[in-house]
Amino acid sequence: MTTKTAASALGASTTKIIPLSMTALLGLFVVGFVGFSHMEVVHNAAHDSRHSLAFPCH
Amino acid sequence: MSLFRNIVLAAVIAGLVSGFVLTVLQSYATTPLIVHAEAFEGESEEAGHSHSHAHDEGTPAHDHGEDGWMPADGAERFVYTAGSNMLAGIGFALILLTAAEALGTLNGWRSGLMFGLAGFLAFSLAPGLGLPPELPGMPAADLTARQVWWVSTALLTAIGLGLLTYARTPAFAVLAVVLLVAPHLWGAPLPVSHDTAVPFDLHARFMAAVFATSLIFWALLGAIAGALQTRLRSGEETYSNGATEPVR
Repeated sequence: MTTKTAASALGASTTKIIPLSMTALLGLFVVGFVGFSHMEVVHNAAHDSRHSLAFPCH
Repeated sequence: MSLFRNIVLAAVIAGLVSGFVLTVLQSYATTPLIVHAEAFEGESEEAGHSHSHAHDEGTPAHDHGEDGWMPADGAERFVYTAGSNMLAGIGFALILLTAAEALGTLNGWRSGLMFGLAGFLAFSLAPGLGLPPELPGMPAADLTARQVWWVSTALLTAIGLGLLTYARTPAFAVLAVVLLVAPHLWGAPLPVSHDTAVPFDLHARFMAAVFATSLIFWALLGAIAGALQTRLRSGEETYSNGATEPVR
């Protein structure tokens, strides 16, 4: 019972690795762009959003 | 690829909805305080300690964007803030759903809500303990140093919460507590001086408003993302352990 669930969880996780690493990278890229980009224009557009989500700003 | 497609679709919808709700809440709770603080920003700069790099007399301050493009106050500012909040929501939802699917415990909006609350703790409360939400015109340490501390704290808190919840052995629980506490013992990068022209009560109200609106944002984000992802997954899943409950 336990081994079966462990095995199926492992089997499921190997097929999940590629899509999940892609969604993780995409998410980190989007958050990094909105919250951390040092680009002037991005900073100004996202200014209130950055302050209000407590990202380090300025 | 359906997992990738499902997560992206659920994250986009959850991010758009909760980002928009957040923007509406912010337009009452936080943005007026930011605008108010901007009136003091000039005074703080004249005092000469609000930024990490000094300029010569004639050099324009380039890190505030007063010389660059910025959205005009009013509707334009609201639209850009809404866009940024929605994008941030989509990004956070992608990270949330990735973690939830990797752990394999996402089932309905309630478990999504739990992940959302964990997201609030990791991305809002924990970094906010060391780096309280700042208003414009407030002194702060070097931006990159603060960003590194913020990201490290969020990551360690997320791992710590995950260990505490999913690895139920005393050793891992101890490790989890160490990870949760470590960034705060290390300490956030602090400014040399805390002098600012921004009144304290303005900052206090701003901090409370940021945490309150962020909590609602994360709760909504997690619940919507969890509900959608579970629905999308169950729609195509023919094999299952037989224990999947119908999701409302």
